[in-house]
Amino acid sequence: MKDIKIQVNDLSLYYGEKKALKEISMQVPANKVTALIGPSGCGKSTFLRCINRMNDLIPSVSITGQMLVEGVDIYDKNVDVVNIRKKIGMVFQKSNPFPKSIYENVIYGSRINGITDKRELDEIVETSLRQAAIWDELKDRLGDSALGLSGGQQQRLCIARTLAVNPDIILMDEPASALDPISTSKIEELVHELKEKYTILIVTHNMQQAARVSDHTAFFYMGELIEMGKTDAIFTKPAKKQTEDYITGRFG
Amino acid sequence: METTTTEMNSSLLSTQNKSSDLKGKLIVGATQLAVYTIIAVLFVILGIIIYEGREKFSWEFISSFPTNGMTEGGIFPALIGTFIMVIVMSLAAVPFGTITAIYLTEYASESSKFAAAVRFSVRTLAVVPSIIFGLFGLGFFIQFVGTGFDTAFNGGELRWGQPNILWASLTMSFLTLPVIIVSVEEALKTIPRELREASLALGATKWQTIKNVVLPGSVSGIMTGTILAVSRGAGEVAPILFTGAAYYLATLPGSLSDQFMNLGYHIYIMATQSSDVEKTMPIQFATTLVLLILTLSLNVIAVVIRSRIRRKAK
Amino acid sequence: MSSPISSKQNFTKESLEKQFRLSEFLAEKIISSVAFLSIAIIFLIFIFVFKESLPIFSLGKESAKVEMQQSVSASGDQPESYGGVETEDLQPESYGGVETEDLQPESYGGVETEDLQPETYGGVEKEDLQPESYGGVEKEDLQPESYGGVEKEDLQPETYGDVQAEPLVENNDSAEDTAKEKKSNSIWDTLLTPDWVPVSENPRFGLLSLLIGTLKVTIISMLIAGPIAILAALYTSCFASKRTKEIIKPIIEMLAAFPSVVIGFFALMVMATFFQDIFGYDSRLNAFVGGVAMALAAIPIIYTISEDALSSIPKTYTEASLALGANKWQTAFYVVLPAATPGIFAALLLGVGRVFGETMIALMATGNAALMSANPFESVRTFAATIGAEMAETVFGETHYSVLFFIGSLLFIFSFGLNALAEFYVKGKLIKKFQGK
Repeated sequence: MKDIKIQVNDLSLYYGEKKALKEISMQVPANKVTALIGPSGCGKSTFLRCINRMNDLIPSVSITGQMLVEGVDIYDKNVDVVNIRKKIGMVFQKSNPFPKSIYENVIYGSRINGITDKRELDEIVETSLRQAAIWDELKDRLGDSALGLSGGQQQRLCIARTLAVNPDIILMDEPASALDPISTSKIEELVHELKEKYTILIVTHNMQQAARVSDHTAFFYMGELIEMGKTDAIFTKPAKKQTEDYITGRFG
Repeated sequence: METTTTEMNSSLLSTQNKSSDLKGKLIVGATQLAVYTIIAVLFVILGIIIYEGREKFSWEFISSFPTNGMTEGGIFPALIGTFIMVIVMSLAAVPFGTITAIYLTEYASESSKFAAAVRFSVRTLAVVPSIIFGLFGLGFFIQFVGTGFDTAFNGGELRWGQPNILWASLTMSFLTLPVIIVSVEEALKTIPRELREASLALGATKWQTIKNVVLPGSVSGIMTGTILAVSRGAGEVAPILFTGAAYYLATLPGSLSDQFMNLGYHIYIMATQSSDVEKTMPIQFATTLVLLILTLSLNVIAVVIRSRIRRKAK
Repeated sequence: MSSPISSKQNFTKESLEKQFRLSEFLAEKIISSVAFLSIAIIFLIFIFVFKESLPIFSLGKESAKVEMQQSVSASGDQPESYGGVETEDLQPESYGGVETEDLQPESYGGVETEDLQPETYGGVEKEDLQPESYGGVEKEDLQPESYGGVEKEDLQPETYGDVQAEPLVENNDSAEDTAKEKKSNSIWDTLLTPDWVPVSENPRFGLLSLLIGTLKVTIISMLIAGPIAILAALYTSCFASKRTKEIIKPIIEMLAAFPSVVIGFFALMVMATFFQDIFGYDSRLNAFVGGVAMALAAIPIIYTISEDALSSIPKTYTEASLALGANKWQTAFYVVLPAATPGIFAALLLGVGRVFGETMIALMATGNAALMSANPFESVRTFAATIGAEMAETVFGETHYSVLFFIGSLLFIFSFGLNALAEFYVKGKLIKKFQGK
């Protein structure tokens, strides 16, 4: 059981009366990349946001079922949502650096955790940026505003920022959807390297991307999890008709 | 919708003729006339005040004391008194207003009855006549807080239980509170949701997110609010009529428990109670010109900053 | 496949346990309580304005009691001592001309206010005098003074007679009660009379003429401001090009930045003469001048809110109309304007609120004479101006002081009500309109 990171049991999510996720049950393996695919509006992003409880921010949302991370139900009322988010990082669809310097962006999480030692912070910045494979590009301009970076650099900075908090799981919500092909391939490479240390879930509507970066793939449709399995298997011989239709491009 | 549109259809078809064109022209003309009337009146007022006030308007006028029973000289103490008042007022109103705006945008949930009550109160504050604030200042600050303080700590000696610059400023801060709240709220709303989410996803708490992301992003909004509040406070007279404004003082206020002279009040006094209205006319117009320059330029600055925030939000 | 990292347990119940964060807790509590303050302010304003007006509700009783006591101690001599040696010392000096109460309204009306005001505001002298004289005398003692003067009037002597009779039945409780009742009645009676003569031997606080004055000014200014502001808003939101709109809107809203004392000053110095030359009326400052000046203050409010209401009409409405072949003005007049009625109504209500409570313009441009007249070219005195002009001259605890606060309470309740009406009525209407009936 050690290599199962996240165990989801009958998770349903409601926006008010509307049921947006229907009894999702799945297992996410540790240190692998799991891709969530499906047509837009199928609930894959909503599901991703359940994992670090970002949906808590929407007042009308209610959730039933279990979300066990290493056996701990993160929706248990004794669980601290802030601590959850420190361990489960998130990279958003649209790169969202703070309007501060590159340096300040990376150490944001560390500052919040009360780290003030300059040398320690410098070290965090370097390791995180190196991990995000952007150190060489940015090392000479750490004091510049993060808003001056290109879209791809901004997105990798956001990844570095997430890594700096030293999470265990990284959630990526279509991280390359707004980027050019070169930046996209850099992000994909990065994802590939990061799975050594982190468990990664990535939402994408680009099936080639899912096939390239992921080990496992889950197909969502209309708020339901239709099928989940090894990426090769899903893409070569899907078990369900709907999956096959989607993958072969008949809809979505 | 269906029925109303068909009704409309037939009524419009029947009115498609020349008389309807004329009617349309008249209507559009009337609305246009209304706009130009307002703008014309505005510029006429401005023009006359500038024209009549230009003669006296000078650095000397601004920087010297009134002399000869306020029939000659400048308006220096009134200007300084107004400045001190708006500064004390801002010190009270800006933090208060900013925090209330933070509550409304960050903490209040949409369905919260309490938040609805706060919103209603803020809007009510904005429409309460300014003279009521004056009465409130007199009844609350002077008669209740000030007198209470004097009895408790000053051994009954009258010091705070009378009109002074502190009470006038605080009274004014209540009046300008809605101005600040509305501006700051608007600015807070322009902070993108993505930034808040980024901060929260990094494990920041709500307050940390507000402190590190939301507030720094709304500094210009807080500034706009402050400037608008100062512009408003500098021009209001009714709230300070009996909470601290003085007819004439030979010296500048030395402490918060002193009375003060005020530009707007000075205009009022000079125009209605001067011993020689005719003779002091140029002084009155020049004083009005100074006040108008002060409030209008502050307003223009605020409008410019605000439109920049709005453009950035788009 | 288990790597070294995942073998380490990262998520444990302990490490994820709910934490109590003091700063977080404090921040939320402080912020909510500061937000609560704005609700509290509304209550405080009402309480403290109303509190100061309370004495007029109990004044009748108190003065009756005091009289009882005094009449007990001084028995039969009472009425004479009322007529007040003190009063005679005091009144003639400080209030000089006021003795001739019957004349006052006329002199207000006829003489120019500038000439008058120094008298009214002779208050400066008065202020020096009053604290001494009043300070010594209790306010209950004052009451009888005014009472003494009432003799002239037709109705009052009866009451007076009662009081005189008191000493005879001094120990009779029922007599005391009736006396009280009569007394308090007389104070409330005076509030509903047209005579506003607060500073005299026989002060009367009739609010009727002030009410008429306020209404007159409000009606005049709304008749001017309402149509102009709404038409201008209609032009801005429906006919003006985007660029024109971006110029017009800030300019008109700039009018809101004109302090009311500046508008009042302009009305007093320029408009009053200008209109007098045109219409040739007698009193230079009057309801009409004040009304026009207040319209200038109300226009930006009505304009801004109406414009918002007109602009917030969904595009689909106008597009549907235009698609049916209606032209711009037809769309504006038959579709947009009706749909925005609740918002425009709210704008008008808030405009009324602004004018009703406007002080500086009223003080400077209306002439400040409490007359009962329907003529728009006569001087008037509004509620707000009365407070503004007279508060500084009253003495804490005096009837006059309390009555002014009472007027303040009325103004507050009125503006509060208007705002509540605007808010709830409009919200209700809009919800009905856009979410189906």
